[in-house]
Amino acid sequence: MNLADQLPVLPVIIPLIAAAIGILLPKGRIAWAWATVVSWVTFGVTLMLLEQVSLAETVIYDMGGWTAPLGISYRIDLIGAIVMTLVAGVAAFVFPYAKESVAKEIPHAQSGYFYAMMLVCFAGLMGVVATGDAFNVFVFLEISSLSTYALVAMGARADRRALTAAFTYLVLGTIGATFFVIGLGLLYQATGTLNMLDLHERLAGQDNKVVRAGFAFIVTGLGLKLAMFPLHRWLPDAYTYAPSAVTVFLASTATKVAVYAMLRFIFTVFGFTFAFMDVAFLLFILLGLTGMVVASLVAIFRNDVKQMLAFSSVAQVGYMLLGISFATVEGVSAAVMHVFNHALMKAALFMAVGVVFYAFGSHQMSAYRGLGKRMPFTAGCFIVAGLSLIGVPFTAGFISKYLLIEAAFSATLAVPSLLIVFMIVASSLLAVGYIGRVAYEMFLADPAPDAAPVPKIPLSLLIPLGLMTAANIYIGLDAEGMTGLARAGAETLMRTGLGFGGVE
Amino acid sequence: MTFALPIAPEQALLFSMLIPLIGFFGIMMFSKSPNAREGVILTGAVITFALVLTVFQAVAAGERPSVTLFEVLPGLSISFTAEPLGALFAVIASGLFIVNSVYAIGYMRGNKEQHQTRFYMCFAIAISAALGIAFAGNLLTFFTFYEVLTLSTFPLVTHKRDDKARAGGRIYLGILIGTSIGLLLPAIIWTYVMTGTTDFVLGGILGDAADMRGWVPVILLGLYLFGIGKAALMPIHPWLPNAMVAPTPVSAFLHAVAVVKAGVFGVLKISIYIFGIDYLSESGITDLFLWIAGASILIASAIAMTQDNLKARLAYSTVSQLSYITLGAMLANRLGVIGGATQIAGHALGKMTLFMCAGAIYTAAHKSLISEMRGTGRSMPWTWTAYIIGACSIIGLPPMAGSWPKFYLMLGAVDRGTLFLLVVLIISSLMNIVYLLAPAVRAFMDPVPGASAPAAVPRIQEAPLLCLIPAWFTAMGTLILFFYMAPLVEFLSPLVGRAQ
Repeated sequence: MNLADQLPVLPVIIPLIAAAIGILLPKGRIAWAWATVVSWVTFGVTLMLLEQVSLAETVIYDMGGWTAPLGISYRIDLIGAIVMTLVAGVAAFVFPYAKESVAKEIPHAQSGYFYAMMLVCFAGLMGVVATGDAFNVFVFLEISSLSTYALVAMGARADRRALTAAFTYLVLGTIGATFFVIGLGLLYQATGTLNMLDLHERLAGQDNKVVRAGFAFIVTGLGLKLAMFPLHRWLPDAYTYAPSAVTVFLASTATKVAVYAMLRFIFTVFGFTFAFMDVAFLLFILLGLTGMVVASLVAIFRNDVKQMLAFSSVAQVGYMLLGISFATVEGVSAAVMHVFNHALMKAALFMAVGVVFYAFGSHQMSAYRGLGKRMPFTAGCFIVAGLSLIGVPFTAGFISKYLLIEAAFSATLAVPSLLIVFMIVASSLLAVGYIGRVAYEMFLADPAPDAAPVPKIPLSLLIPLGLMTAANIYIGLDAEGMTGLARAGAETLMRTGLGFGGVE
Repeated sequence: MTFALPIAPEQALLFSMLIPLIGFFGIMMFSKSPNAREGVILTGAVITFALVLTVFQAVAAGERPSVTLFEVLPGLSISFTAEPLGALFAVIASGLFIVNSVYAIGYMRGNKEQHQTRFYMCFAIAISAALGIAFAGNLLTFFTFYEVLTLSTFPLVTHKRDDKARAGGRIYLGILIGTSIGLLLPAIIWTYVMTGTTDFVLGGILGDAADMRGWVPVILLGLYLFGIGKAALMPIHPWLPNAMVAPTPVSAFLHAVAVVKAGVFGVLKISIYIFGIDYLSESGITDLFLWIAGASILIASAIAMTQDNLKARLAYSTVSQLSYITLGAMLANRLGVIGGATQIAGHALGKMTLFMCAGAIYTAAHKSLISEMRGTGRSMPWTWTAYIIGACSIIGLPPMAGSWPKFYLMLGAVDRGTLFLLVVLIISSLMNIVYLLAPAVRAFMDPVPGASAPAAVPRIQEAPLLCLIPAWFTAMGTLILFFYMAPLVEFLSPLVGRAQ
C-alpha cells in the first residue's frame, strides 16, 4: 500500500481516529499534546495533498475500493485542497494556542472531552471538503456541527449565556441540516444518485419543480450553515460566548467550509445550465451586499469586541457570496482568496481577543483601554490584523478586496458594477469605523487608573498570534503564488460547471 | 544650484525616504534628552534635503531615476520614479521640513507642550510618506503613502488630546480615509481594469482605453478629484478647517509642507500621467470640474472673510488657494499646468509664512482671534511684517513668488477661451486682499484695547527667535523665488512638452 495513494482520505481519518483515542488519554496536558501532534501531522498531510492536487488538478479516491455509483468516492479539486490546507493550518496554530487558554476557561475535568470534540469537529470539516458524495457532505457537516454545539456550550464556565447561545445554534443548525437533507432527498428522487458527478450528469437539462425545490432547500440549508445574511442569527452569540480557542477555530474554518460546500453544489452539482441559477446569483448579490453593509453597521455599535468581530464575520461572508454570484473565474477566485485571507485575519483577531480575555477576563471595550501601552504586542497584532480586515495595502485583506473589485468591474451583472464597488468600499469604511473604535481605545485613551495589573501572558498564546499576524502581512506582500492557486482552482471548478463532470 | 551628493540618484531617492525612518528610531532613543533628540531631528532633516536635492539635480539633467522595490501581483508593484513634478514637490517638502522643524522646536519649547517625542516621531514618518508620494512610480505606491501620511498626521492633529482635538481629529481622519478608500481606491482599480497597469506614464494611460466613453471618463475623473481629499476641493474641505485644532507647527506642515500639497500634487500628477493633458483637453471632460474649482475658489474666500480665528481664516484661504491648482490641472493646457505646479511652490512658501506668524503671535501673546490682535503690530513689528510679505505673495502681488502662478493661470484661462475664470481669479485676489491684509492693518493701526494713553509706545515683545527666524526665512523665500521663476518653469517644461 502506497501512502501517497491514501492521501485524500488521511486528513479525515487521522483526526477522527485520534479523537477516539484522545478520550481515553489522561486529561489536561497529555490530551492537549496528543491533539496538537495530530493537528500538525494532518497539516503535513494536507500540504502533501495540496502539492499532489496542484499537479494533477483533481484527485479521486474510492472508499474501500468501491467505485462511484456504489461506494463513496472522495474527490478533491484544487480549491478543496486549499480549503483543507487552510483548515489544517489553522488547527495546527489553534491547538498550541489552546493549551493555556483552555486551562483558564474550561474546567480541568472537561479538558479531555474538549480536545476530543475539537478533533471530531476538525475531522468533520475535512470530510465536508474531501467527499464527492452529496449525502456524505451532510454526514460530515453534522459531525462538525454537533461537536461545535458542545464546544460552544463549554464556554458556560466563563459566561452562562454560552448555554443559550449553544442552544440557539443547535436549533438553527439543525433546521439548516434538515433543509439540506430534504433538498438531497428531492434530488435523489429526481435522479436516483447521490454522487456529485452523477448528480451533475443526470441533472443536466432537468428543470422541474422537484429539482428547483431541492436546489432551494440545499441553498437555504447551506446558507444557514455559512451564516448568510439574514440567516446569521446563531453566529454572533455562538462566537461571542464560546471559549476563545473555539471561536478562533470556528471563525476561521467552519463558515469557510460551508462556503466551499456551497461552491461545490452550485458549480459541480447544478452548473450553469441549470435555469434556476440566475435567481440564486441575484439572491446572492442582494443578500451579500445587504449583509456586508448591515452587519458592519451593527458591528460598529457593539461594545463587546468579540461580538463586534462576530458581526464582522457575517459581513465578510457577504464578500464571499458576492464573489460567487459574479459566476466568473475572477469572481470565484476572489471569493476563494477571501475565504483564505479572512480565515487568517479573523484567526489573528480572535487570538488577540483571547489574549486580552486571558489577561483581564473580559472582552468588553473597557478592557481595551490603554492596551497600546499595557500590552503593546497584542495591541499591535490586533491593529495589523484589523488593517487587514479593512483592506489596507500590504495586508492580506487588500489582495482579496482588490481582486473582488477587479472582478466586479469586469463582470456583467444585474446590478451596476460601480454600485457594487461602492458597496464594497462602503463596507470597508464601516470596518474602519469598528476597528477604529478599538484602536482609539487602545492607543488614544489613557488606561483607567484603577485598572488591574497585566498578568504575565504565556508565550504559547503570543507566538501563534504573532505568526498569524505575520501571515496576514506575508500574503499582502507576496500574493502571487496564492492568487495563482486560487485562480487555477476557480478555473477547474468553473470548467466542471460548464461541461459534464469535467469533460467538455 | 549645483549641489549634489556623490551617490547615484536611485540610491539618493531610496535613502531620502529611509533617513526619516532612521530618524524615527533616533528620536525614540533620545526621548529623555531633548537637546540630543532635536539634534537628531535637524540632522535628519538636512540629510534628507541634501539627498532630495541630489535627485532633483539628476532630474534637471534629464535623468529619470527609477527603483522597483517588489511586486505584489503582476502589474501591482511598489516602485518609485523621480520626474520633474515629483522632484519639485519633494524639494519643497523636504526643504520646508527643515524650516518647519526649527519652528516646531521653538514653538513646542515656547508653549511647553506635552508628549514632544511622540510628536516628532510622527513628523518623521509623515515626511517619509510625503517623499514616498512625491516619488511614487504608480498609483498603488501613491495610494499607500497617501494613507500612511493620513495616519501618521492623525496623532499630530489630535496632539492636545482634549475633546475639541478629538472631535477635529475624527473629522480629519473620517474625511481623508473615507474619500481615499471610498473614491480613490475604486478609481485606481477601475483604471487598472481598463488599462492593465497603474504606472504613471507621461501622456497618460487612459487615453487609449476602449472603455473610456460616455460618462465613464467624467465619473472616473470625479472619483480621482474628490477621492484625493487632501486637495480639499469643495465639498471635501471640512477636514482642513477642523484640523486647525492642532498646534501651529502641525498646521504649517498640513498647509504648506506636505499634506495639502500631497493632495494637489496628486491631482496634477494624475491629470498629467494618468489621463494625459492632451486627452483632457481634447475630450472636454474637465468643463464640469472647472466650474467646481472656480466655485470652490470663491466660496472658500467668502467663508474666510467671516472667520475671526486667524488660523481658521488661513485654513479657508488654503481651501481657496488649492483650488487654483486643481483649476490649473483642469485647464489642461501648458500654461494651466505650469501655473498649477508653480502655485504648489508659491503657496507653500507664502502660507508657511502666514501660519508661522499666527503661531508666533499665539506663542508670544496667546491670542488666536483676530479681534483680539488689535494693536499687537506695535509690540510685534517683525512678526507682522513677515505676515504682510506672506500675505502679499498669496494675494499675488509682485515681487512675491505668488504672483507668477496667478499670471500663468490667467493666461491659461484666456488660452482655453474660458474668460469667466479670469473674472473668478481677479475677484478672488480682491477678496484675498480684504481677508488677509485686514488683520495686519488692524494690528498696526487700531489702538491697543484698554490702553489709556495711545501715544505710549508699547514694549517690543516678540516671539522666541526660533519661531521668528523661520517665518522670515520663508518670507524672504517668496521674494527670491519671484526672480528665479524662469529656471523653475524650464525645469517643469518636460511635463508639458507634448501639450499645446
